[in-house]
Amino acid sequence: MHTIRLAAAFMRPRILKSGSLRSLMGPIEFTLAVLFTSAFAGLLGALTGLGGGVVIVPALVLLFHIDLRYAIGASLISVIATSSGAAVSYVREGLSNVRIGMFLEVATTLGALVGAYLTTRVTTHAIGIIFGVTLLYSAWSSFRAKQDELEATPNALAEKLNLKGDYPTVHGPQSYTAHRVPAGFGIMFIAGVLSGLLGIGSGAVKVLAMDRAMKLPFKVSTTTSNFMIGVTAAASAGLYLGQGYIAPGLAAPVMLGVLAGSILGASLLVKIRVPILRAVFAVVIVALGIEMIYSGATGRL
Amino acid sequence: MTSQADLQMEITVSRMLRVGVTTAALVVLAGATLYLLRDHGTAPDYRHFHGIPIPADKFAPVLQGVRRLDSRSIIHLGILILVATPIMRVAFCLYSFARQKDKIYALVSGIVLAVLLYSFFRP
Repeated sequence: MHTIRLAAAFMRPRILKSGSLRSLMGPIEFTLAVLFTSAFAGLLGALTGLGGGVVIVPALVLLFHIDLRYAIGASLISVIATSSGAAVSYVREGLSNVRIGMFLEVATTLGALVGAYLTTRVTTHAIGIIFGVTLLYSAWSSFRAKQDELEATPNALAEKLNLKGDYPTVHGPQSYTAHRVPAGFGIMFIAGVLSGLLGIGSGAVKVLAMDRAMKLPFKVSTTTSNFMIGVTAAASAGLYLGQGYIAPGLAAPVMLGVLAGSILGASLLVKIRVPILRAVFAVVIVALGIEMIYSGATGRL
Repeated sequence: MTSQADLQMEITVSRMLRVGVTTAALVVLAGATLYLLRDHGTAPDYRHFHGIPIPADKFAPVLQGVRRLDSRSIIHLGILILVATPIMRVAFCLYSFARQKDKIYALVSGIVLAVLLYSFFRP
């Protein structure tokens, strides 16, 4: 009994210490710590292809004990920066499809408005749990086989909306047509809701809509998705600003850090193959997902 | 033909995005540097939410703050430039589709632009 009490007495200061990392740091240390954590999140997001948002929100909430609303506000800003910054090279290769992107942005921006509105109505516990589930799905999706199952059959709705194109492959230009357009549009709406609710790009769900539902080539799906993320996030940003979710002193290091990290990650991806690194990072993301669900369920968010 | 015009439009648009993001990042960096050098004594507690709403359409207070060299206002200006960047992209696509006489996609871009502007200037 004594031993337990003694142990508890020793444990308590340590728990307090780790529980209030923030209060031990001065503002400069805090800002620098957030900056480096964000750079790491951006690097991780670029290497896994999941985006910086899914890593930075749990990191801010779990490590720095920052309120979930400030975390998703700062994350959303970093998402706009990375999406818009990364688009140029993909476009040159002729991979992203401007019409398919614009058509689906109708669904994602409307979804983002609904999601951003929901953040003001749903408790942070619920948001934490939804975030965790989205993290787990994202990690799982990054392991999925990336083979294309293109359908050559024409599609009446896709024909009418001009949802088709061709993209460069090793065997020359390969043409493609969208299928199951309403299903893809519906999944894109959900991707928009998640983006607005969680302050992330929800690239994994966007790719699901295009690659799986609409049977578009994987490379076209990922590059078009990246292009759409900035527009989707911009739809939530107005509401976030109006709600006071975007704290300048926090959003600044998060935006600059994630941007720098993802630029570094993108340049590393070109030079090296990273399947093992990817697997390690996926484990990190699964752990963050479980921790978010646990924290949300136990009301610690 | 159309595909070539699309590619040209996308290249122009992606250059616009890069310029917008670079400008926004530099402005935010300037604001953050100033914040750390001067205003760090007043760092707020982010553990508890006490959001002070700054409506996106209220440019006047942000610009007044920038004139006073208020670090938070400068960061806010950078964020507003960043958010405006994808909106400009959609506006440019609307213009390009209209020039190509692609009525369906001019309409689609118009809808997306309307949603974005609604979020930004919401009553």
